[in-house]
Amino acid sequence: MLLIPCPFCGPRPELEFRNAGHAHVTRNPAVDDPAWAETLFFRDNPKGIMAERWRHVSGCGRFFNVLRDTVSDAILASYKAGEPRPDVPLPGPEGEAPRIGAGDEVAP
Amino acid sequence: MTMAARALPPGAGALVSVALVPPATRLSFRGGPDAAEACAAAFGCDLPRRACRAAATEARAALWLGPDEWLLLAPEAETAALVAAIGAGLAAVPHALVDVSHRQVGFAIAGTQAATLLNTGCPLDLDPAAFPVGMCTRTVLAKCDVALWRRGVDLFRLEVNRSFADYVAGYLRVAERGLG
Amino acid sequence: MTGEHRLARGGRVDRARPLRFTFDGHAYEGCQGDTLASALLANGVHLVGRSFKYHRPRGFLAAGAEEPNALCTVARDRARTEPNLRMTQVELYEGLVASSQNSWPARGFDLGAVNDLLSPLLGAGFYYKTFMGPRFVKGTTLWAKLFEPVIRRAAGLGVPPKEADPDHYANRFAHCDVLVVGGGAAGLAAALAAARAGARTILCDEGAEMGGALLCEPDATVDGMPAAAWVAATLAELARRGATLLPRTQGFGYYNHNFVALAQRLTDHLPHVPAGAPRERLWQVRAKRVVLATGAAERPLVFPDNDRPGVMLADAARAYLQRYGVKPGTQALVVTAHDAAYRTALALARAGVKIARIVDTRPRPAGPGLEAARAAGLPVTVGGTVVGTTGSLRVSGAMVAQASGTGATDFETVPCDLLLMSGGFTPAVHLFSQSRGKLRFDAETQRYLPGDPAQAQASVGACAGSWGLAAALDEGSAAGAAAAGSGAGRSHAVTGDHAGEGGGILGALPHGRDPARVKAFVDFQNDVTAKDIKLAVREGFRSIEHVKRYTTTGMATDQGKTSNMNSLAIAAGALGRTLPEVGLTTFRQPYTPVTFGTFAGAARDDLFDPVRRTPIHDLAAAQGARFEDVGQWKRAWYFPEAGEDLHAAVAREVRATRAVAGIFDASTLGKIEVVGPDAAEFLNRLYTNAWTKLAPGRCRYGLMLDEPGFVMDDGVVGRLGPDRFHVTTTTGGAPRVLNHMEDYLQTEFPELKVWLTSVTEQWAVIAVQGPRARDIVAPLVEGIDLSAQAFPHMAIREGRICGVPTRLFRVSFTGELGFEVNVPADYAAAVWQALWERTAALGGTAYGTEAMHVMRAEKGYVIVGQETDGTTTPDDLGLGGMVAMSKPDFVGKRSLARPDLVAPGRKQLVGLAIEGRTVLEEGAQITPTADPPVGTHAIGHVTSAYWSPTAGTPIALALVENGRARTGETVFVPMPGGAIAARVVGPVFHDPEGKRLNG
Ligand SMILES: [Zn+2]
Repeated sequence: MLLIPCPFCGPRPELEFRNAGHAHVTRNPAVDDPAWAETLFFRDNPKGIMAERWRHVSGCGRFFNVLRDTVSDAILASYKAGEPRPDVPLPGPEGEAPRIGAGDEVAP
Repeated sequence: MTMAARALPPGAGALVSVALVPPATRLSFRGGPDAAEACAAAFGCDLPRRACRAAATEARAALWLGPDEWLLLAPEAETAALVAAIGAGLAAVPHALVDVSHRQVGFAIAGTQAATLLNTGCPLDLDPAAFPVGMCTRTVLAKCDVALWRRGVDLFRLEVNRSFADYVAGYLRVAERGLG
Repeated sequence: MTGEHRLARGGRVDRARPLRFTFDGHAYEGCQGDTLASALLANGVHLVGRSFKYHRPRGFLAAGAEEPNALCTVARDRARTEPNLRMTQVELYEGLVASSQNSWPARGFDLGAVNDLLSPLLGAGFYYKTFMGPRFVKGTTLWAKLFEPVIRRAAGLGVPPKEADPDHYANRFAHCDVLVVGGGAAGLAAALAAARAGARTILCDEGAEMGGALLCEPDATVDGMPAAAWVAATLAELARRGATLLPRTQGFGYYNHNFVALAQRLTDHLPHVPAGAPRERLWQVRAKRVVLATGAAERPLVFPDNDRPGVMLADAARAYLQRYGVKPGTQALVVTAHDAAYRTALALARAGVKIARIVDTRPRPAGPGLEAARAAGLPVTVGGTVVGTTGSLRVSGAMVAQASGTGATDFETVPCDLLLMSGGFTPAVHLFSQSRGKLRFDAETQRYLPGDPAQAQASVGACAGSWGLAAALDEGSAAGAAAAGSGAGRSHAVTGDHAGEGGGILGALPHGRDPARVKAFVDFQNDVTAKDIKLAVREGFRSIEHVKRYTTTGMATDQGKTSNMNSLAIAAGALGRTLPEVGLTTFRQPYTPVTFGTFAGAARDDLFDPVRRTPIHDLAAAQGARFEDVGQWKRAWYFPEAGEDLHAAVAREVRATRAVAGIFDASTLGKIEVVGPDAAEFLNRLYTNAWTKLAPGRCRYGLMLDEPGFVMDDGVVGRLGPDRFHVTTTTGGAPRVLNHMEDYLQTEFPELKVWLTSVTEQWAVIAVQGPRARDIVAPLVEGIDLSAQAFPHMAIREGRICGVPTRLFRVSFTGELGFEVNVPADYAAAVWQALWERTAALGGTAYGTEAMHVMRAEKGYVIVGQETDGTTTPDDLGLGGMVAMSKPDFVGKRSLARPDLVAPGRKQLVGLAIEGRTVLEEGAQITPTADPPVGTHAIGHVTSAYWSPTAGTPIALALVENGRARTGETVFVPMPGGAIAARVVGPVFHDPEGKRLNG
């Protein structure tokens, strides 16, 4: 169970939150049909750092954004809706998250 | 509500007791910092700016539930007067004041095992250092959303939506058996 | 005497407290402190079960959680019967009743053992090959009725009870600074250091008694105290410092963000369980730091017939001897690749067990253990091996050969009734691995060891690859202090350490015998042999994950605790690759099996899920209502009078409502109060309709789309003032709609000054519908002019009813003149009672959700989620007129112009008129001809279908391609009894002009 830092309430157990999908998807109804289809339906599925939205639904009720490493589940940043995605250092080779538990085999 | 909730024993447990609190005025107040300040004046009790904190006077309390949301508690008979007073005091300040007196049911959970009982179903750290007296928040208890307010080291108030009161009462009764 | 093989003294059992128990119906005596395993061994019982696949006789391999063979069923009564318990962990109590598993008719004479003779047919992949077998075999009746059940029954573990579990299970969320998993030397030292530094500390251990291996070290001392006394003193100090001590508690799952799950056994060890006491407790622990001190498990050696009862891990034998005071045999042969087994041999010899031989598989062993054994006169064969065993229900001899020899013929049979083996020790890295820590392979010691932790965690002692008491204590202390943030730990003065011990081997011992004729077991619980693994590789499996699944090695309830490393090594050898190249299979939670009850906790029976009732529920029940589940809600479904079934009751309720009036509990409707100066603008952006010009006191039917342009909810919205709206949603949609609104308000339109408050439970709602509705309501209402002119259809007023505040809506979901009386929930019962008395006096009725559905369908009113399926647009429903395309933006507007949403041929809502009396089935497909060929594309489906008491015919609503253009056409609904013809009509079956609404 994740421990998710709510920008308002501080770290809280995942049970209090609901995931709300990708962050920073721009809603611009003025775009053409293919671009609008991208907005609605197309998402990447990154292995690594992902900006995602959570709602502290059983808490303060706020939607906010989180940078989470989808491999290690490490949460690198938590910020309010509307704020820009913070710069976090990309993990170098030694920062690469362990694969055991997520993948089949462990590297030597 | 609440055949089961009404059948709760009246706070007789030695280590923990669970009891319904009397009907009360409950107002959901929403607005920015200016509105909160103006509301405090009209309400007669501070609206805490600090997250997850409650302020209380003899007869009133204001619980921070979100960055623009407070739950105001007062005696049952004062609903209309408070709605009028706050409405008048904030005529020029954008805000929302909604009567939710009947939406919720309150439980008082008291005793040295009160935090332990809650921790059978509430995932928060209820150690007094982590959840001190005066702290409040919405959270979960088993499969129910609740608002939790620590009024004393061994005294909590739990607010639940009324249709969940039977569930909460039944849950606490079963959970109490598992404390041993 | 508690068993003929019990030593007169020594160990941690209380001989003064004998305990009687039965195993397979035979009465035995053990004593307090025994496990079922130690008590049976004290009575000379080694044969305790049959193996999973071949039904081979099996005994105890281990003394702890890793035991693969000795599984039993413990029964207190029919319902309290738990299978698949490891006898090595079952604590003995007075009156315990246990039985072996997978042996019929008896352990000593097992008909299933024929599987052992058939074993050439039962090799690797047998179950896959058989159960995925060719269809022509599988399809036969003989297969289904005879072979498959027999094979499935023959391969089995224990049988779970069919009765509901009568026990109670508890749950606890806990938080701590330092969680220590494992209460051996390292764990105790870690917990003590953490607690002394003031950290909130939790220490758990799987055993009944903390101490781990220290409990088997009668000769060791720590800080001048005997080891056992140090354990007791440490536990006392931990308790004094407020640490939470959890014996009998298995740390079974390590999840993200230092969330660790523990299963605590509370009553299984008690002879009499106090009524209502929880049996087990799930601890869900969030720890700032975790110290893993989970120890190491000894590995078996893989040689032919290494599974006979009496073949045991060397360390297990020492535990039985020194912790339980039991001699596990009289004449022991020890075969080892690790120095620790010498300690066992010496201890056994001191206790009077004859050591027939120590066979060290290493060519040049050295060290104090070997020297001590030689000094004690124990016979040692260096560079030897065991190529087989003799005996049937108990080992009677070991076939000892030189490791360099051929083995097949050149061996000597050494008589023994106890064969102890040690292949070295595998660090228990399960929890570390679950925590996503990366393991590293230590080539020198041929072990996987914890690498860098992935979470705030440290591994200490044997699980980290250390050996010896002082190392465990000092590492534990250092890790505990560090976890508590207080610098260095302390070092311990220790005697009786074994720091220099080492050794170990992976894989199978060479034996030179005909591989087709012998079985050298790797995975004892799943009956996987070295040959099976080699066969899997020969058959083309390359990934260790595939080899695992094909052979099932490591997939039994023990998850391969004793077998995984040997399996890997054998596979690596067959593949010609190194161990790290082959990789590890995934360690999964739980470490040991956890009961379903522990996971379920209180969530069973009435508390499985919240049951939500309206404030009117009890009155409706008193009026005889039958209820249906709508999500978590109980809703009054229908109100049968004497002798009425659903159909009759609904027909009466509909007729009475349309003729006179009916009252209906609509309290579950979602309600959201939208307040603020930008409230109307917010609704403009969330609903398809225009709200700016809606006057206070008026209502409008609102249609809500999701961003892709599909209908997601609907409901009546009343404007109470310039900046205050009372929005209603569907019952099921209430939380979703509020979440959707909050999402847009907070993230897309944060500039709007408006706030949303759920008032679903503040307001109870009583619908009063029918031509006499006004006559029912009027006498009870104060302060509202109810005349048609003053209070027209789709209006809202605030006033009082029965002396309490009300928000009174003039709305209709039946097509009749109607009101919806909203009152604060505490007053709902009284108001319902007053309204019901007037309704009844006029000849009206109470009606439930079924009649509501019928009446709205007669009017062609849609229900979101029934007429819609998440791909339905307003135009599909014929509600295009509700969409204010002139607004600059609203959620879903852009998508209504998407190519697919404006393409011709979309399914549109229509009515279906049916000849005859057959009510269609909701969800039934619609075709253009009565008997279309297979593969014909359906042109639509039935969304709602009822018997209409008003029309006197069946009616249905349907979504049909180009449905509106098909009006008048006949379509067909194919059913098992033949296609039913239906005529496409408009969706409104009753009062299409809407005159009755405005009465
Ligand atoms: Zn929050």
